[in-house]
Amino acid sequence: MNETPLLQLRNITKSFGSVQALSDVDFEVRTGEVMALVGDNGAGKSTLVKCVAGTHSADSGEILFEGEEVHIHGPKDAANLGIEVVYQDLALCDNLDVVQNMYLGRETHDWLQRLKEPIMEQKTAETLKSLAVTTINSVRQPVATLSGGQRQSVAVAKAVQWNSKLVILDEPTAALGVAQTEQVLALVRRLAEQGLAVVIISHNLHDVFETATRITVLRLGRNVGVYERARTTQEEVVHAITAGVPTKVSGIPGTAHAGATA
Amino acid sequence: MSASGLDVVTPDQGAPDEELHGLAAVYRRALINVKSGNLGVLPIVLGLVFIVVFFSFKATNFFTGNNFDNIIVQMAGDAMLAFGVVFVLLLGEIDLSISYVAGIGALVVAELQLPGSGHQINGLLAMVAAVVVCALIGAAQGSIVAFVGVPSFVVTLAGFMIWQGVILQKLEQPGSIIIQDRWINYTASYYFSNIAGWLIAGIITAVYALTVLGGVLGKRRAGVAIGRPWLVAAKLVGIAGAAFGTVAISNHAQVPHGLPLAGVLVVFFLVVLTFLAKRTTFGRHVYAVGGNAEAARRAGINVPRIRILVFMISSAMAAVGGIILAANVNSVDLNFGGGTLLLNAIAAAVIGGVSLFGGRGEVRAAFLGALVIATVSNGLNTAGYATGIIYMVTGVILLFAVTLDTIARRLQVRSGR
Repeated sequence: MNETPLLQLRNITKSFGSVQALSDVDFEVRTGEVMALVGDNGAGKSTLVKCVAGTHSADSGEILFEGEEVHIHGPKDAANLGIEVVYQDLALCDNLDVVQNMYLGRETHDWLQRLKEPIMEQKTAETLKSLAVTTINSVRQPVATLSGGQRQSVAVAKAVQWNSKLVILDEPTAALGVAQTEQVLALVRRLAEQGLAVVIISHNLHDVFETATRITVLRLGRNVGVYERARTTQEEVVHAITAGVPTKVSGIPGTAHAGATA
Repeated sequence: MSASGLDVVTPDQGAPDEELHGLAAVYRRALINVKSGNLGVLPIVLGLVFIVVFFSFKATNFFTGNNFDNIIVQMAGDAMLAFGVVFVLLLGEIDLSISYVAGIGALVVAELQLPGSGHQINGLLAMVAAVVVCALIGAAQGSIVAFVGVPSFVVTLAGFMIWQGVILQKLEQPGSIIIQDRWINYTASYYFSNIAGWLIAGIITAVYALTVLGGVLGKRRAGVAIGRPWLVAAKLVGIAGAAFGTVAISNHAQVPHGLPLAGVLVVFFLVVLTFLAKRTTFGRHVYAVGGNAEAARRAGINVPRIRILVFMISSAMAAVGGIILAANVNSVDLNFGGGTLLLNAIAAAVIGGVSLFGGRGEVRAAFLGALVIATVSNGLNTAGYATGIIYMVTGVILLFAVTLDTIARRLQVRSGR
C-alpha cells in the first residue's frame, strides 16, 4: 500500500458559534482503500467531510493532499484537487436525464455555449460501463424514473467521471433495499479496486464491514480510534461509537498518535 | 426490450422498439410516453385542430385568410410575454410584473418616438432602448429574488403595482401617446408579399431540416443511438406543413394581405429561445436550478446568476410583447398592461404544459398555449359570444389542460420507482 496517504487531515477544529463540532480531529485515507467514517449522530462526520469538500472551512488544522498542504475554500477547489462528494440526498436533478446529470455544471460545449450532447452521451455510457453499472436501460431516461440504487449509481458515476482521486460517499445506502444496497456496495468496492481512495460515511455497520479496509470512529467531535476491518469486530466498533474515549485531548501533547492503529 | 442495460446506447442496435414495425411501434411508443407522463405536444395540437374545425362550422367568417391573419397578430403580443414566463416557471418562480413591464416597454418606445418631444430617436433604436430598460427592471427584480431571497411572487407583485403606478403617473396628463413611427408600427402591421412569404416558409423548413440533419450526423459521429427516424420525419413534415400552410392561408387574405411580420417575429423568438433553453449550457442550468436548486449549486452552477438572467429574459420579452401590443393599436394609454394580459400569458405557458413547480416545460408550450387562447377568443368573438363567455371558456380550457398534465405526472411517478 502507498506510504503517504492521499488525504491527511491534522488537528481539524471547527465550531459553529458555541457548538464545538470538531476538536483536533485527525483523519487519513490512502489510494486503493475504502476508509469508513463512523460515529453516532452529531459525532462530526458530516462536518469533517464538508471541510474537505469546501462547503465549510476549518477554523484551524491542516489538510494535506498527496503530501502537500492545500487550502480548500469552495467546492471548486475540492473538485480541482480531484475530491468528489456524493451527498446523502444525492444531488441529482430528477427532471434531467442521466447524461444531463452526469455533466451538470461541467457540460461539454463549444465557443457558442452550445452543448455537445452526442459526446456527453457517449462518455456517460462509457463511464457507466467501466463501473459495470448495467441496470440502467437508457442514459436518456430522466433520473426520476430510476430506482434508488440506480440513482445512487448515477451519483457515484458522476463523482468518478472527472478523473477524481478521492470519492466521499455520505450514507450511500441509507434509503435502499437489500438488493440495491448490495449493488451500491459492490460499486464502492470496485472504485477502490480501480485505484481511487474512497471514504464511506455510514450508520450501517453491516455496510461498513462489507466494504471498508479501515474504520475511523468519531465521537462528539473527537477521534476515538482507527480500526482495521480484518482485526476488529462489530462489537468493538459499536463500543467505540457509543462509549469510546477520545484518543487525544486538546492542548496535551503526546497523546496525538495513541490510536488503536498507527 | 433486452435485459442487459447499456446496449441502448451502442451504435448499431437502435432503439428497442425499432424491432417492431409500423403501427405497432407507434402504438407502443405512445403507450410508453403516456405511461411515463410525457404527453408531448400531441394533446394540444389535437385540441387546436378541434377548436379550428369547431369554429369553422360555428362561424362563417372564422376560417378565412383575413381572420387567420387577425389571430396571428392578436396572439403575437401574448406569445412574447408567455415565452418569458416559460423561463420563469422553469425555475419554479413566477413573474407577475410582466404585463406592466410590457407597459413600461411600450411607454419607453412611445416616449422616444414622440415627434417634437426633444428626445425623439429612430424607431428601431427606441425599441432596443425599451428592451434594455425592461431587462434592467428584470435584473433589479431578479436580484432581490436571488440575493435577498424575497419570494418572486412578492417581488413581482410589488413590481406589478409599481410599474402600473409609473404608467398611470406618466400618462395621467396626456391620457395616451400615439405611436406614429413606422418601424414600431410595422411590428404589428407589416405584411410580407406572397413571394416573401413563401421564401420565409422555405427558410424555416430548411433551417429545421438542417438542424435535424446536424443532430443526426453528430450522433452518428459519436456512435450514439439515433432517435426514431419515423418520428423525426413526421416532425419535419409537420413543420413544413405548418409553415407553408400558414403562408398559403395568409396569402389568401384580402386586407391586410400576406404573412404578418408579427407572426414571423413570434417564430423567430420561438426558435432563438428554444435554442437557448435546450441547446446551451445556460438553458441546461435553468432546468437544473428548477429541478433541484441545491444540486445545481453543488454542481458549481452560479444559481443567483441564473435567476437574475431569467428575470431579465422575462422582462425583456415582456418589452417585446408590449411593443407589438402597442403597435397593434398605434398607441399607449392609461389602461395598457391591464385586463387579461398577465393572466393570458401565464395561462398560455401552463396550457402548453409548463409546470408551475419548475424544471418541466418547453418554450414551444407558450407558443401553442398562446395560439389556443387567441384562437378560442377569436372564434367565440367571431361566433358572436360576449366577453364573459370568452373568459369562462378560457378558464375551463386552462383547468382542463392542467388537470390532464397533473394526471400525466401522477402516472409518471407511478411508473418510476
